[in-house]
Order: sequence, then structure tokens, then C-alpha cells
Amino acid sequence: MHALRLLPAALLLATACGTTSDSGPIIGLITKTETNPFFVKMKEGADATAKAKGATLLAGAGRNDGDNAGQVTALENQVAAGAKAVLISVSDAKAIVPAIRKAREAGVLVIALDSPTDPLDATDAFFGTDNYKAGELIGAYAKARLGGAPAKIVTIDLIPGNPTGAQRHNGFLQGFGLASFDRSHNDLAQPPEVVCMGDGVGDQAKAQTVMENCLQQHPEVNVVYTINEPSGAGAWNALKKAGREKDVLIVSVDGGCRGVQDVAEGKLAATAQQYPLHMAELGVEAAMTFITSGKKPSGYTDTGVALVAATAAAGVTSLSPAEGAQRCWGTK
Amino acid sequence: MSRRARQLATLGPVLALIAASTFFALQSPRFLTGENLSLILQQVMVVGVLAIGQTLVILTAGIDLSCGMVMALGGVVMALLATRGGLSPALAIGAGVGVTTVAGFLNGLLITRIKLPPFIVTLGTMNIAFALTQLVSHSQSVTDLPPLLTLLGDTVSVGRTPVAYGVMAMLVLYGLAWWLLRETAGGRHLYATGNAPEAARLSGIATARVLLAVYTLAGACYGVAALLGVARTGVGDPQAGQTENLDTVTAVVLGGTSLFGGRGVILGSLVGALIVGVFRNGLTLMGVSSVYQILVTGVLVILAVSLDQSARRAR
Repeated sequence: MHALRLLPAALLLATACGTTSDSGPIIGLITKTETNPFFVKMKEGADATAKAKGATLLAGAGRNDGDNAGQVTALENQVAAGAKAVLISVSDAKAIVPAIRKAREAGVLVIALDSPTDPLDATDAFFGTDNYKAGELIGAYAKARLGGAPAKIVTIDLIPGNPTGAQRHNGFLQGFGLASFDRSHNDLAQPPEVVCMGDGVGDQAKAQTVMENCLQQHPEVNVVYTINEPSGAGAWNALKKAGREKDVLIVSVDGGCRGVQDVAEGKLAATAQQYPLHMAELGVEAAMTFITSGKKPSGYTDTGVALVAATAAAGVTSLSPAEGAQRCWGTK
Repeated sequence: MSRRARQLATLGPVLALIAASTFFALQSPRFLTGENLSLILQQVMVVGVLAIGQTLVILTAGIDLSCGMVMALGGVVMALLATRGGLSPALAIGAGVGVTTVAGFLNGLLITRIKLPPFIVTLGTMNIAFALTQLVSHSQSVTDLPPLLTLLGDTVSVGRTPVAYGVMAMLVLYGLAWWLLRETAGGRHLYATGNAPEAARLSGIATARVLLAVYTLAGACYGVAALLGVARTGVGDPQAGQTENLDTVTAVVLGGTSLFGGRGVILGSLVGALIVGVFRNGLTLMGVSSVYQILVTGVLVILAVSLDQSARRAR
């Protein structure tokens, strides 16, 4: 009796599934959050490329940065929905690995976008920014702008143990010509020129607090490295309150439209711009190649990084803020 | 033993604050400067004001998980209305505080009328407030604010020490709350309701009205905190408030207020917020990783609750 009643519903469901497959293969995209402009841009890029290639994009995300459970749920749901390939920007490099392994065992191609897994080969391939290189670019720029003056550096970092944060930090010191760790390190180097270090969690208000506290002990600071542009804005706020915003160089990483504007306005000396749209396009293209020909991508693909600075420095190639604004992500 | 345990629960927070401050003063000559102390106050003012609301709620044996998200909503609303909404800054601030006050009132209504536990109600409104914040702001920070919205972040020199207007506002609010709890009938009813709700009801106290008033007042506090947060960072930030709900509970607990309701001093919460702020500031001055600040906070919270427990058993 119950089974009979359920029959029409089951038929309807089967038809619905058929409709989905009619609209092309399914590709999943899982970002860290739905709300961060970086990932909003990434989703736009993936959506546009998927449509152009005749595929359907399913988007999912964690609730906030670090929400591994939310990403696992999204991944499981997308595999259940029939996704042949999933692009994922992992919140927690290690914790997501078992869920990805399960998906790959089910025959799904998994590509890491923007943030790699740990170990790197837990996914089929990784497309993202070379964060160490991003750090090197702003380090070399800050060094050139500072001239021969002795460096007194403050670093406003992300959170302990985050590979992206460590690569940017250590790359910055490397580019500056200071003692540093190589790209495989997950610890933050602290040569004597770095007078103060603190974690701002990538958040403007918390970065401001770190900068204020550092200024208390080290008012002589002349270079500030920040993990991202909101942190740079927080550092600038603190320096402005101390009347120091004109004579301290703040450098950052991301290339969001707001950050590029801060470069144009002279709040940030320079930023290293990354390209989420490009990551998404490459990811969807690789997914389609796999779906149509079975050919899997592998290894690491650098999606590019460029320096954006209002004042060019000798020996360092950079984009102007106007050029950076044309390629920025977020709301222009 | 019993009296000593109870005294320690009241005096403990102050002693901890003094001990921590002495330690950091010995470690760094910068710590005790007026400028640095002023800074710590500025850094705790948002959580400090949120904690006033949270203390009122916890005194009734409730909890408010929505405070951070409600604050973010209020902040974004006032920033949006003052910039793109074309409202005068003062009205925009009023509207923002209005929104958080209504949110608090709704919390109170659900708790008293439908008799849902505060934990669940505020868990729900936390999510609702987060979602509304993202919807109204399109997840974009609101910038280019008129000066009135950032006024409370400005400082004025008292002697040679800079004092932020926001810090003064926080101190005034603590004074008000202290007076309210200590000198008015409403304050005594609040303590009675938190201590033994059934006994309070039988003795003629309108406990439902007390609760409704408490959650509404708490909402109003979150509105002031929203203004302070906007003033401090200079933006209406839709990602704000994500850790503040639990930060306020930390401040309240460190301040010696009992999570079981009915016992605690409002000024303790200010001390609790200051303890966290002093550790964050002092460890940064010493160049110690912020991981240790988190570790110390965790240890202190457990210590504070243990003291509260032993004081309870001693009664």
C-alpha cells in the first residue's frame, strides 16, 4: 500500500534526475564561505565557464572560514547529486582529506582551488596562487622602497599553522633579503629585523589591535607586512591614530578591489594580486576535460600573481592601481 | 573554607587582573604607560558593552548567543542608512540601536511567551541576525561613513593620556547598570528571578516581565556596542561579531558572575573583559605568540567556573 503510494513520487524523482542529466554534466564547487568577495568572484567565474561548456554548476560552502563539517556535508551532497568533478577551496587542509578520499573512491575528480590539502596529493590537482611568490614580490618591493634604511618590521599574520599564512610571511622575508624559511615550512621565521609579530586572523579590527599593541613597544617601525588587505586597512587605522600613516610602508596580499583602491589612495604601499576568476575557469575546464575524455589533471598549476603599486620601485615590475583595478575581484 | 571560597569568587577577578598587570609591568616598561592602558580600554570597549547585556541575561540564569550577530546587524544597518540610505547620521544610529533593541525584545518574547530555553532561542536569532546582516549588506563592508558614526572611536587627552569617547560611554553604561541592579526594585527583582524563579513568582514578582525587560535592555546594549564597533574600525562590517558572543560569556564568567543565575556583580564583567584585554596586549608587548593568550584565557575560564562551583557548594 505504502509502496504503491510512493510509486508516482519515485517516478517523478526519476524524471527529475533525468532532467538534470539532460542539462549537462554536474560540476561541484565548494568554497570556504558564501560571503567572502574572493569566493563570490570565484563562483561567478566557475558558473560562467560551466554554462559556456554546457555543464551545471552546484555551489556549496562552509558556514565560515574553518567550518570543515559544512564543507564535508556539501561534498557528500554534491557527490550524491551526481557530480563528476568537484572543485574545492578547503578550509581545513587535513580534516577534509578523508571526505575527499571517499569522493575520489567513488570515481569523482577532485581539484583543490586556492588552498591546497595536506598532503597535496589528497586531491587530483591543485590550482592556486603561489603564495610564497606573492610574499616575495611585496618583500622585494618594500626593500626597494625602503632604500638603505635599517628595517624595523611588523608582521600581521593569519593564524598559527596555516600554510598560506606561513608561505606569504616567509616569502615576504625572503623577498626582503632577510633570513627566512623555505616554502615547505609551516612556521613563521623571525629574523631580528622583525620587531613584532601578531595574528590578526585576516580581520580588520583584530589586525588594528595587533598593530596598536606593536606600536606601543616598537614606535620605530617602518615596514608592516599584512596577510591580507583588510588586515592592511586595520594596520593603517592604528598608524593613523598614532600619526604615523605617512612614514610607514604597509604591504599586503590579495588584490581585491577595496585593497587596490587602498593602494591608489596611498594607504597600502603595494599588494600582491591573485586571480580567483582564473582559478575557477581553469578548474572548470579541467573538470570538463576529465568528464569528456577521462583525462585527469595532476600536480600544481600556478594561477598567477602580480604586484600592484602606486609608486613604482627600481628593479621591481608592478601594475599601476588602474591596471590592478581592471583585474581586481569584489565590488569595484 | 566556605566563606573563603565565596570571597575568592568575588575578589578573584580583581586579584587576577592586578597579578597579570603587575607581571606585564615587570616584563615591559611600555605596559603601564597611560597610552597603553588607554589602548587596552579601547580594545575591550566593544566586548565590554556587549558583556553588560550578557551579564543581565546570565544573572537571570539565561544566556544570549545572539549578541555578536545582533551587534553586526545593528552596525551594518546604521552604516547603510547613513551612507546609501540618505538618513541623517543621528537617525541612522537610532535606527541601528532600534533594530538591536527589537531583536532583544523578540528574544525575550519567545523565551517568556513560548517558554523556549534561552540557549535555543538565541541560537536561532543568532543565525537569523547573521543571515539578515549578509542580506542587507550583500556581504560587503560599508565604508565612507559620516564622522558622527566614528566619533566614539576618537580620543580626547585627559592630562597626557588619550581617552576614547567610546571608553567613557562604556564606563557610563557600567555605572548605569550598576545603579540599576543595586538601587532599584527592578534590579532586586532581577536577582530574585535568577536565584529562584518559582519563589520569586510566588512572592509576587512578575518574572516574565522582568525577563522581557532584561532581553530588551540587553538588545539596546548590543546597539551601543554596534556603534562602538563601527567607530573603532571605521566600517560597517558584515563579518563582525562572529566570536564576540562567546567572548562576552568569557568576560562574564571571569568576572565572577554565576552561570546558574542570581549571583554576580556587573562591574566584575568589566574586570573580566579587561583580564582578556590585558593578556592580549601584554603578551604582544612581550613578543609571545597569541596562542598562549588563548591558552591562558581557557585556563582562567575553567578556574573561574570552579571557584563559582565551590562557592555554590559552600552555601
